[in-house]
Amino acid sequence: MSELTLTLLRLGLLVALWFFVFAVVGVLRGDLYGTRVTARTVRRKESSGPIPGAAAPAPTPPPVARGGIFGGRRSSGPRKIVVTEGPLAGTSLPLRSTGTLIGRSPECALVLDDDYASGRHARIHEVDGAWLVEDLGSTNGTFVDNRRITSPTPLQIGTALRIGRTVVELQR
Amino acid sequence: MTVVSRFRPRRGRNVELLLVIAATAIVLLAYVNVGVATHGEVPSSLLVLGGGFLGLALAFHLVLRWKASYADPIILPIATLLNGLGLVMIHRLDIAQGRSIGDGMALRQLMWSGLSVALAIAAILVMRDHRVLRRYTFTAGLVGFLLLLLPLMPLIGTDKYGSRIWISLGPFSFQPGEIAKIVLAVFFAGYFVQARDALSVAGRRVLGLTLPRGRDLGPILVAWVLSVGVLVLERDLGSSLLFFGLFVALLYIATERTSWIVIGLGLFAAGAYAAYLMFSHVQVRVLLWLDTFSPEALAKSDQLAKGLMGMAAGGMVGTGLGRGRPDLTYFAESDFIVPSFGEELGMAGLFAILLLYVLLVERGLRTAIGARDGFGKLLAAGLAFSVALQCFVVVGGVTRVIPLTGLTMPFLSQGGSSLLANWVIVALLLRISDHARRPLPDPGRPSPIGDARTEVVRL
Repeated sequence: MSELTLTLLRLGLLVALWFFVFAVVGVLRGDLYGTRVTARTVRRKESSGPIPGAAAPAPTPPPVARGGIFGGRRSSGPRKIVVTEGPLAGTSLPLRSTGTLIGRSPECALVLDDDYASGRHARIHEVDGAWLVEDLGSTNGTFVDNRRITSPTPLQIGTALRIGRTVVELQR
Repeated sequence: MTVVSRFRPRRGRNVELLLVIAATAIVLLAYVNVGVATHGEVPSSLLVLGGGFLGLALAFHLVLRWKASYADPIILPIATLLNGLGLVMIHRLDIAQGRSIGDGMALRQLMWSGLSVALAIAAILVMRDHRVLRRYTFTAGLVGFLLLLLPLMPLIGTDKYGSRIWISLGPFSFQPGEIAKIVLAVFFAGYFVQARDALSVAGRRVLGLTLPRGRDLGPILVAWVLSVGVLVLERDLGSSLLFFGLFVALLYIATERTSWIVIGLGLFAAGAYAAYLMFSHVQVRVLLWLDTFSPEALAKSDQLAKGLMGMAAGGMVGTGLGRGRPDLTYFAESDFIVPSFGEELGMAGLFAILLLYVLLVERGLRTAIGARDGFGKLLAAGLAFSVALQCFVVVGGVTRVIPLTGLTMPFLSQGGSSLLANWVIVALLLRISDHARRPLPDPGRPSPIGDARTEVVRL
């Protein structure tokens, strides 16, 4: 075969090698896994600025539009957890029927910066349309309406749930 | 105040499939290139060999889909490509030295590749969880040191090329040090998970370094004596550096104390200098390193000089596969396979290959960061580091950064034991990465494994 074919082959091999290297690097860029750390300081300042202590409006509006599209099927049920007292006052996050974990551990959905809370303190989950809160063996206990709970307890909209110095409630 | 949320990783199995096919295509392109350059035609065995090679890689890929679906998608394609490029280069040197395919080294290497991949697949299938290895921590330590000492046994140990790191059993010869590398990584990881607290207890501060207490120096002294023993008795600087480096690296990762690195490097330098003063073969190595082209050095060995001249002849893009003369160097297919690639693929090709190693090591270290148990972290980090250090020792040796030693380049070099050991390392890394990337089953339920371990080790 001609010298030209050979040159093409050998340069093509180099190009292919580098192409492979760049393809791998490209895959690495899209291959993030592990944990993502999001700073919440800025949002807290905004929300605690005007009226500290009071139940400030949620910084992120709940997905109203999505609820609208799916019809008012669960419009009566609660859709988010709102922190009303404590260092995180004003924070809200959507409820998940698989369960929302509250505690100091970074794996919790609601990570509390509260010395009186345990790593995995409590869990809120849905059973047959009712929302239950369950204490996961915390040190200082979980309180619903100022009574320490010992078994999974149903939560109504607006019921105060106290964990350490933090009070959260379910809202629509 | 920060919120930590978990990514659900993509499994990446389809990406892996594409990359494995691309890797095979590059290997076949290189094979065709060799055939065209040496015989002027596309080799007739292309389809058979290519099909067999692709079959091996795809079998591994399917096993990963089946048994370790969250494993890292990058590791297998890189290992496939490196192994294939090594095969092509060995085949090309076979042709240069006039050996036919039947009795050449490439066919043996291909059989070893098949055996190694089969063993790696078996490791993935049998070992469902890397943490079972922790049960055998001290057994692994014993086995590792026995393997290291095996070449010194009178009947089976053989002296080859100035080092005593081989054993011969009938027609087979084997380097037990390659397997010892893995076994010792298991031992060190298991030992440091237990001992890291004692080793990182605060001691006196001297010149900004926190020195450990005197009694905690015991293990590092034992490792030092053993690695110097390997250096002196087996006359193998490379393995000695590899084991001691692995030990010090894991000690550092487990304790986060810089003082261990300073102490370790100091001890190694002292030991190496003493060996230099005492042993003539070490002095020869240093002479060849510092003054390669002097008449005295060339009278001893011109291997290093030939390798350097070969790489110089290759230049930027190389002579092309089959068009250089890498066969002029001794051991062009094992210790000097890096200069062989440098000559025929040039600096551009050699750096692409080195980058592949960098990416492989990076995936290993990333797996260590992601692993949720301390043992897995240390094991993955140790295996990745051993690959990195081995590459450094080999490439540093042939490019005169450090004295030349007889280590093999992972995956590229001809040699069954090395290939076997490196595919097992790949299997272990894949298993640990599957564990590291697999999402926790249910965020609501406390899972005993995932949660308990995370806070134990901070890396």
